[in-house]
Amino acid sequence: MSKILVVTSGKGGVGKTTTSAAIGTGLALRGHRTVIVDFDVGLRNLDLIMGCERRVVYDFVNVINGDATLNQALIKDKRLENLYILAASQTRDKDALTLEGVEKVLTELAEQFEFVICDSPAGIEKGAHLAMYLADAAIVVTNPEVSSVRDSDRMLGLLSSKSKRAEEGREPISEHLLLTRYSPERVARGEMLSVEDVEEILSIQMIGVIPESQAVLKASNQGIPVILDDESDAGQAYSDAVDRLLGKEVPHRFLDVQKKGFLQRMFGGKE
Amino acid sequence: MSIFNFLRARKKAPTASMAKERLQIIVAHERGQRDEPDYLPALQKELVAVISKYVKIDQEHVQVALENQGSCSILELNITLPDR
Repeated sequence: MSKILVVTSGKGGVGKTTTSAAIGTGLALRGHRTVIVDFDVGLRNLDLIMGCERRVVYDFVNVINGDATLNQALIKDKRLENLYILAASQTRDKDALTLEGVEKVLTELAEQFEFVICDSPAGIEKGAHLAMYLADAAIVVTNPEVSSVRDSDRMLGLLSSKSKRAEEGREPISEHLLLTRYSPERVARGEMLSVEDVEEILSIQMIGVIPESQAVLKASNQGIPVILDDESDAGQAYSDAVDRLLGKEVPHRFLDVQKKGFLQRMFGGKE
Repeated sequence: MSIFNFLRARKKAPTASMAKERLQIIVAHERGQRDEPDYLPALQKELVAVISKYVKIDQEHVQVALENQGSCSILELNITLPDR
């Protein structure tokens, strides 16, 4: 049984693409045949985060228009056997994605893959709507910051009313919250919304909390999904989130302030 | 003076609780609006236009609200006429 999962947020720059890349890679690492689809037409970036930007020949819109077959457009990941990427088009035509086209391509992908991850563009316009319309599950990416939390609530409202599942009166999209750029130190100082605060405001379960981490930028610089950096806190936190997505019960890590050791305190040390 | 400042700075109200409070209010407000049918704002506009033909009123003098009680919905119109 195939599952379509949308990674969305409303607000931009909160980590949707980083999350799509990490979760998709995590699922493939666990043996699930997975494809990550970039829906951000005109602002393609998943290819850079996955490190396959020079191997993009055909894209999502080419497949919709029949200029290429799906198998020609799918980019196989260099590192993992089970992982594929479908790049977004760089066209400036905002009507390049059509509901019929997206439905046709996603249905075809669902026949081949266990997980289809849809990396949504920011905003609540057509691209974001199409990314979530056919989803079975959603990961709403949120930063512990007022504008992001508010936009996430708006997105949750849209997920429950403007999807195919909602229109057909089927079981609603299962919603998960992923909190990124979390800083336990700032939470302890009362400067940042805590996990509990965000859960309470949005009344939704947390699937993962990714700490603010230097590993994320390091990974994107290299075009390696951060989940493959299994020594980093962010990588491990994403790994836990993937396990939870697959139904495992895993306690949250990295929620408490890390005590600095004596040497670290004396010499600063690295993060 | 410097010690006094230091102590005061430490006591500053944590901003996260302000963020939480503000979010709870705005999110509750927006959730209320979300359940409203799309036609309410248009209905309100047209009502104002019709009433303005006879009495001078502003947009904010016409309140339109839809309440759901079990199986029936109540459309509540509250029109405040100006003082005579």
